[in-house]
Amino acid sequence: MEKFTSHTGTALPLRRSNVDTDQIIPAVYLKRVTRTGFEDGLFAAWRNDPEFVANKPEYAGVSILVAGPDFGTGSSREHAVWALMDYGFKVVLSSRFADIFRGNSGKAGLLSVPVEQDVIEQLWAAIEDDPTTRITVDLEARTVTCGDLVAPFQIDDYTRWRLLNGLDDIGITLGNEADIAAFEATRPSFKPVTQ
Amino acid sequence: MGRTLAEKVWDEHVVRSTPGEPDLLYIDLHLIHEVTSPQAFDGLRLAGRPVRRPDLTLATEDHNVPTLDWDKPIADPVSRTQVETLRKNAAEFGVRLHPLGDLDQGIVHVVGPQLGLTQPGMTIVCGDSHTSTHGAFGAIAFGIGTSEVEHVLATQTLMQAKPRTMAVTVNGTLPEGVTAKDLILYLIAQTGTGGGQGYIVEYRGEAIEALSMEGRMTVCNMSIEWGAKAGMIAPDQTTFDYIEGKPEAPKGAEWDAAVAHWKSLRTDDDATFDKEIVIDAGDVTPFVTWGTNPGQGVPLGAHVPSPDDFEDASDKVACEKALAYMGLEAGTPMREVKVDTVFVGSCTNGRIEDLRLAAEVIKGHKVAEGTRLLVVPGSVRVRLQAEEEGLDVVFKEAGGEWRGAGCSMCLGMNPDTLDPQERSASTSNRNFEGRQGKGGRTHLVSVPVAAATAVKGTLASPADLV
Repeated sequence: MEKFTSHTGTALPLRRSNVDTDQIIPAVYLKRVTRTGFEDGLFAAWRNDPEFVANKPEYAGVSILVAGPDFGTGSSREHAVWALMDYGFKVVLSSRFADIFRGNSGKAGLLSVPVEQDVIEQLWAAIEDDPTTRITVDLEARTVTCGDLVAPFQIDDYTRWRLLNGLDDIGITLGNEADIAAFEATRPSFKPVTQ
Repeated sequence: MGRTLAEKVWDEHVVRSTPGEPDLLYIDLHLIHEVTSPQAFDGLRLAGRPVRRPDLTLATEDHNVPTLDWDKPIADPVSRTQVETLRKNAAEFGVRLHPLGDLDQGIVHVVGPQLGLTQPGMTIVCGDSHTSTHGAFGAIAFGIGTSEVEHVLATQTLMQAKPRTMAVTVNGTLPEGVTAKDLILYLIAQTGTGGGQGYIVEYRGEAIEALSMEGRMTVCNMSIEWGAKAGMIAPDQTTFDYIEGKPEAPKGAEWDAAVAHWKSLRTDDDATFDKEIVIDAGDVTPFVTWGTNPGQGVPLGAHVPSPDDFEDASDKVACEKALAYMGLEAGTPMREVKVDTVFVGSCTNGRIEDLRLAAEVIKGHKVAEGTRLLVVPGSVRVRLQAEEEGLDVVFKEAGGEWRGAGCSMCLGMNPDTLDPQERSASTSNRNFEGRQGKGGRTHLVSVPVAAATAVKGTLASPADLV
């Protein structure tokens, strides 16, 4: 995983609440067995509409998504995170994320940043007024900056540390293999096995 | 101080706990299917890692599989590749797989319980958000993404921050004809899709205790639709009776030891929850959704709402967008909404009791002209049981379609999809835009409402057929 310290870029305003992962990438796009190439499916149904905000030329090349509340609800598909990343997003901002989506984004290296809805409203206004507006998301300082606006955000220390260092979870866990083996030795014998 | 059910099960699975870090949680059962696993196995292969505990892992084919011609190769080449990739990975890594055509194939959340692998006090994960279903047995069960699937395959553990706990107490008795599905749709309409976010929810109270295991699974299944990390119900005699004798259930002295332990898995009287919700079961009526998320629901006897009914600005906009997508006009009685396709199935309502209930309503009636009824059992064993009871004949004689087992039209990854603007009444769990097919319009309903709707051609309850 790539290290994430700070990112500055232009942003896409997505004025919708409850953007579920079926909207982020419909199920028909999940049949690929590789890890890349999911950008085609991103917001597939909405992108058919020429008026959809992501189709507007002024929002080409964006790397930050400013979304409405309850982003990433529904299906656990990590393909939603991959589709956003394959499209070029590094950061998603929302006032509330679904748990599984936020977990998946942290694993894959997409930074999901929770900020108050009034911050989202201010960012929407700024990037709709001027699509070249640049937003900076600083993971080290835990702040979102846009012009005069500086908004702090919460992220747990552990996820932040992993993202800052680009660490692989499995490698970290296997470092504690002795603990896992010790735990396994204590499991009750009535627990089921599949073979 | 006392502990909640969720805390007890959690504590029993902590491998390692360090301040400032998530807990390292041991996973008792890892369920796998074809859609969210290929990249995880690829990751293992690249790193040269084995599956740590193939004996705690089970795979089945469900999301992509056709419900017709299941004895022939899958026609869609992309679906076929995904299913074949699972078969190759299962063989290479030594994972038990129930493929299409196998007696134990079916939706992963139907197969686990029916094999007796889902038991109280376990931790169960799967790369599928409806893993919450297994919480009905008093297990902590939740959906994970593909990175976490790889993590569990490699380590049999997950790093997880301990969630907060919530109690949903349902007092009283559900009225006649009102099901577990109506109850959970009613609850989600109160809380919204984010109301459970960050919580493991314990459903309790008289009305929950009165539910069968299958009804409990329906409730826990949809925990994710209001954002909860997991849903749980304390195990009791109903649970033990369901598990006893299942193929993978403990036997003899192991059974006695297991039950003795399971009986301790109850929230202590002096335990406290971080949040509590109390519902009166008597307030619940047949419930249907009108919009594009599971929280947008009303009683069947109500009308399509208007954006003006909502105070919150974003709810107003969401209502407008949903009405436009659904092709509905505010003020229309829900009972006047005409339905093209009725889907009975899914991990929410695709078990034998659901099919019995549907057949009971449909028996002696015909499916309305211009309406299609699709009945898809949750597993091969459910299909065979239904056929033994003659339920398939009831559906076919009424003019319905009787299919093979799988996820089917719940998410339309196989050929069972809605056409653009086609409207369904569906016993599944999600009414998201395009969920059942591009442009398709979904109303989430209970099994009796689905069956009555198939007969009427408009949203209806069994009482409307008299």
